[in-house]
Amino acid sequence: MADKTATRQAYGQVLIELGETYQNLIVLDADLSKSTMTADFGKTYPARFFNMGIAEQNLYGAAAGMALSGKIVCASTFAIFATGRAFEIIRNAIGYTKANVKVCATHAGITVGEDGASHQTFEDIALMRTIPGMTVINPSDDFSTRELMRQVCAFEGPAYVRLGRAAVPSVYSGKDEIKLGKGNLLKKGTHGTIIATGIMVNEALEAASELTGQGVDVRVIDMHTIKPLDEDIVIAAAKETGFIVTAEEHSIIGGLGSAVAEVVVKNYPVRMAFVGQNDTYGESGKPDELKIKYKMTAKDIVDAVNKLK
Amino acid sequence: MEIKNLERIAADIRTGVIKAIGAAGSGHPGGSLSAADIVTVLYFHEMNVDPKNPKMKNRDKFVLSKGHAAPLLYAALAKKGFFPKEDILTLRKIDSKFQGHPDSKKLPGVETSTGSLGQGFSMAVGMALAGRVDNNDGRVYALLGDGELQEGLVWEAAMSAGHYGLDNLVAIIDWNGLQIDGKNSDVMTVEPVGDKFKAFGWHVIQIDGHDYKEIIEALARARGFKGKPTAIIAKTHKGKGVSFMEDEAGWHGKAPDQDQTARAVAEIGGEW
Repeated sequence: MADKTATRQAYGQVLIELGETYQNLIVLDADLSKSTMTADFGKTYPARFFNMGIAEQNLYGAAAGMALSGKIVCASTFAIFATGRAFEIIRNAIGYTKANVKVCATHAGITVGEDGASHQTFEDIALMRTIPGMTVINPSDDFSTRELMRQVCAFEGPAYVRLGRAAVPSVYSGKDEIKLGKGNLLKKGTHGTIIATGIMVNEALEAASELTGQGVDVRVIDMHTIKPLDEDIVIAAAKETGFIVTAEEHSIIGGLGSAVAEVVVKNYPVRMAFVGQNDTYGESGKPDELKIKYKMTAKDIVDAVNKLK
Repeated sequence: MEIKNLERIAADIRTGVIKAIGAAGSGHPGGSLSAADIVTVLYFHEMNVDPKNPKMKNRDKFVLSKGHAAPLLYAALAKKGFFPKEDILTLRKIDSKFQGHPDSKKLPGVETSTGSLGQGFSMAVGMALAGRVDNNDGRVYALLGDGELQEGLVWEAAMSAGHYGLDNLVAIIDWNGLQIDGKNSDVMTVEPVGDKFKAFGWHVIQIDGHDYKEIIEALARARGFKGKPTAIIAKTHKGKGVSFMEDEAGWHGKAPDQDQTARAVAEIGGEW
């Protein structure tokens, strides 16, 4: 595996490029610009960066107002505060008006680590995908973060981009094609399918190679776009491989697993298992320790596959 | 425009408000009538807007943060020529463009969708900030209710407008003193409103919100004031213009029946 990079770092880098591409790109933050990695954009384009202070409701309300004035707005804070505290502002001021705001939230999931339960969100994908017209993205590595951010800024309308704190291995080589709204087939297989998103994509690949050693040949799909969901790739997986395990650094209630299950049940019901945060809060600890304790590792995916096969 | 003419326009707008809410059988007459004089001055004296070119680049923008006064916004825009006057009588009906709270995607001249209190004001701050980035000389006017000031988001937005010194932004507080459950002072004290805005870095003007001369002068002073946003705290009467609705919290969100509608229309003496 290549070097490790946090998806929030890739976000900070690609913003500089996007600031050049789009002269109407504005970046807003809520006193976390050194953590969300928007600070470099602020240094490069000081006239197009605004710190809104520790006030997430106004962060997204003002973002909506700027977008309705013709701006592309990337507004960042931690995922818990963006999607939790400001949920109704995102729904009414951004979603309902179809404002061109990209809610680019970092520090999602258990790998926030030491900050503990108050800062670890497992509800954000569920919340965001219930908003009509909201595109929901959860990139797995640095390359896909940059590619997807370019595509997210290229269309007009709201989007939620879920980014992580911890450095993660690269999934993509840098030559792969990544298309918003299309799941990426990372490994072919016929005995079952793992559909993963975010940092769990890498865990899914590890799980698949472990399973290959056990004689189980699973398909692996990176579902970086949770909404609109690539229904075709899900239905094909159900028909061709017989069962599906989903893996996400998010609650098993309402996130990727639920989105996939909605498609499977409607079109071609097969057995499923859900790897994710199991309806509980997190706690302080090192990211790797927490992933083990809360059962979001390659091993947990292997166990889920073995129960279904 | 002469004050006499503005008063006549306001009477028409109030008539439209009553007829639309009466036809809908639900809606918010009290807070629509209290702010009718302010909104009349904005659209017919102060603001640079063009119904033939609603997206004109350097236009002034009005944001109805107290979105429940939607009938007032619809009547003012119709009177201004953004859409036919009779259309607003479909208010709140299925498939109508005239939603219970404004939907900017459905109607020209409606700058943004509001209804969830505090959010319009926050969006107005974003519009003013974007206007500054673009060196656009259009100004942004947000109308807030006094009960709305109880929303925490209002003060987040006020803080940011003060911090960035948005002198292209005016907040007008429709201070009628009443909210759904009764007097502001009984439900949740919002006073001293002027001191609060001052503390957040705003230029504050207090006026009688039914006195045209005072409204006109306050808006002119706001335009001339540099370096800070201006808050105009306008003392008003809920239900103004309809004697049986005036200063009655019960008329916050209740529609007049047929008889009451006829009496109110006769009393106002406008045309719609």
